[in-house]
Amino acid sequence: MAIDILMPALSPTMTEGKLSRWLKKEGDKVKPGDVLAEIETDKATMEVEAVDEGVLAKITVPEGTENVAVNAVIAVLTEEGESLSAAPKAAPAPVAPVAAPAIVASAATPIAAVPAEPDWTGPTKMQTVREALRDAMAEEMRANEAVYLIGEEVAEYQGAYKVSQNLLQEFGPRRVIDTPITEHGFAGLAVGAGFMGLKPIVEFMTFNFAMQAIDQIINSAAKTLYMSGGQMGCSIVFRGPNGAASRVGAQHSQCYASWYAHCPGLKVVAPYSAADAKGLLKAAIRDPNPVIFLENEMLYGSSFEVPDTNDWIVPIGKAKVVRPGKDVTITAFSITVRHALAAAEALAAQGIDAEVIDLRSIRPLDTDTILASLAKTNRCVTVEEGWPFAGIGSEIGMQIMEKGFDLLDAPVLRVTGKDIPLPYAANLEKLALPTVDDIVQAARAVCYR
Amino acid sequence: MTTAKRAPKTAGGASVAAPAPSADILLKYYRDMLLIRRFEEKAGQLYGMGLIGGFCHLYIGQEAVVVGMQATLTPQDAVITSYRDHGHMLACGMDPRGVMAELTGRIGGYSKGKGGSMHMFSKEKNFYGGHGIVAAQVSLGTGIAFSFHYRGMANVCATYMGDGAVNQGQVYESFNMASLWKLPVIYVIENNKYAMGTSVQRSAAGQELFRRGAAYGIPGEPVDGMSVIAVQEAAARAVAHCKAGNGPYILEMNTYRYRGHSMSDPAKYRTKEEVSKMREQHDPIDQLRALILEGGYADEAALKDIDREIKDIVTDAAEFSQSSPEPDPSELYTDVLIEA
Repeated sequence: MAIDILMPALSPTMTEGKLSRWLKKEGDKVKPGDVLAEIETDKATMEVEAVDEGVLAKITVPEGTENVAVNAVIAVLTEEGESLSAAPKAAPAPVAPVAAPAIVASAATPIAAVPAEPDWTGPTKMQTVREALRDAMAEEMRANEAVYLIGEEVAEYQGAYKVSQNLLQEFGPRRVIDTPITEHGFAGLAVGAGFMGLKPIVEFMTFNFAMQAIDQIINSAAKTLYMSGGQMGCSIVFRGPNGAASRVGAQHSQCYASWYAHCPGLKVVAPYSAADAKGLLKAAIRDPNPVIFLENEMLYGSSFEVPDTNDWIVPIGKAKVVRPGKDVTITAFSITVRHALAAAEALAAQGIDAEVIDLRSIRPLDTDTILASLAKTNRCVTVEEGWPFAGIGSEIGMQIMEKGFDLLDAPVLRVTGKDIPLPYAANLEKLALPTVDDIVQAARAVCYR
Repeated sequence: MTTAKRAPKTAGGASVAAPAPSADILLKYYRDMLLIRRFEEKAGQLYGMGLIGGFCHLYIGQEAVVVGMQATLTPQDAVITSYRDHGHMLACGMDPRGVMAELTGRIGGYSKGKGGSMHMFSKEKNFYGGHGIVAAQVSLGTGIAFSFHYRGMANVCATYMGDGAVNQGQVYESFNMASLWKLPVIYVIENNKYAMGTSVQRSAAGQELFRRGAAYGIPGEPVDGMSVIAVQEAAARAVAHCKAGNGPYILEMNTYRYRGHSMSDPAKYRTKEEVSKMREQHDPIDQLRALILEGGYADEAALKDIDREIKDIVTDAAEFSQSSPEPDPSELYTDVLIEA
């Protein structure tokens, strides 16, 4: 009987992909292990292999089709001699079911795109965060010969998350450098090159792997300027995805914002929108200091309006009010801005007018913007994916105590990831990460509602 | 690729013999080694007086290594090392006053007193530290060599490490990349036999440390690190190899430190006899002194003049290091970040 061949999910975050090429045509016999097609995911081009034996009776999605949803029927396989019309429709999928990522689900409510920087009045274009990051690097590499990209799979593979697409083609292997899997070594190597005046962009496939290199980041990159009495610094960007992705387990799901923000000598940024990703990455590359640039895998494919210029710079150290309001201040960064905006919509329906601040920079932290907002709302909820203990919310709460105690009409509340290694099970993972509802509840609590 | 090239000790036939050093060169070696020796003795004294604090790792006994290496490098070549670094700085031509004043934590020090013994730098002299985490400088030095390669410069980076550092993982991460990308880096392993208190026998599987690059195709050779001439000759081979674009090279300098690991180390892990034997039979300065006198390159009086000259330099450095003021409290918050 006929078997539907479904669009497979080939990465933990893939929800759709491009069917690049069919390697079999209708009428071809196939056996298990035969490569049927090539599919471009959010990370890479992957081959799809046949699981069952039969004849490729019908191709339902032609090659070149983009945005094919996971689990859509892409072809139908029949037994030899069986006619397609006789076959019953919609057989069970031979593809392992993939749970919808919790965060994507919680963000299902449409959220108004964050407007571009207010002072930008020129044209904009829709871009994904991934494209914006790529453009930022390409523009800075064009402008400055000292800028180069180094990391695992950044060149020939085009980036493990496709962030460095086409950079090798444009700049060549001298400036787009694939490394062995050797985080400690290549981070140290890049810092040494930074001492010499080069401006490395170090891509960590994820920040989880940067723990191998954290000695070089802190002891060598962050401290040398001070230890040398100002003689020798290091202009370097360490970038890569940070925080939880989806169902990748405890070792691959962690927010490092507070780890790095703890350290003098570093700047730490964590953008949400594509415009901020581009403007902040360009600022980070130009910055004479070491900058930790925390991206988020779940945001790479999200689209935003981005100023259509190659000179778009967002200053490091400036937060942004992404939704004005008067009743409660919600601070967030990276993907939690999305949750905070969704929560603000939900709160509006309940008569609470929330102001959402995208911190964008974690260090230096723009406490002025937080305090100005607090002067209006007198209530504050902090949101982050990281752990609660000694987290960014703890710091914001304390800064408010020290600088804005009299502004408070209620204690500051934190919404954070739970104080546990991130579990794998879909339901537990969802429980462990901050949700829109957690933010709504916290905001209601500080409003005594 | 072969991993161990045993250099001919003396030219025995058709092989290329290094020209015998001139009297000027020998006397420069003598002066440079003596400066390090006397400087370190003075640092030990100031430490004992409470003028130098914290960690202080003396280089006494190992002087031939940096002096022989430096004799081969050009001022545009780079040097980076670990925390036993005073000798390297002096060999690079850094001002003894600035080094000593950093040890005493004064504003006249190379890092304005904010770095200390283990953290001094001179961009002007291409000395890149001074690093306190064992083996961190190996990746950093590989990166300095990377910058030469990236910019197409014909320079090398002499990257020093001890026999303790060679057991750190990032050393091999660095060897791999340096060999893969043919980076001009000379890894100088200063094997002084003890990683703090643990002997090489107890810490290294396979004690021929010059072979540690074998898996990466990096040639290496053992060197008598107590002979400045042997060091210089080996350094010349290493520099030629790197500057010809052949990638990294390893030199294992067999040397010895007379003092403890740091000022607070009683060195109970070795016998007094062992130390005495090295001092009496292998001292790099005594050996060179004998060579100079026996070869008629200079007489006792000339060497005495050098001794006096060095003593004056060190006395001046020590005085400066005590008269230079402590950094102003306003320095507390400077140099954390560069204002963009």
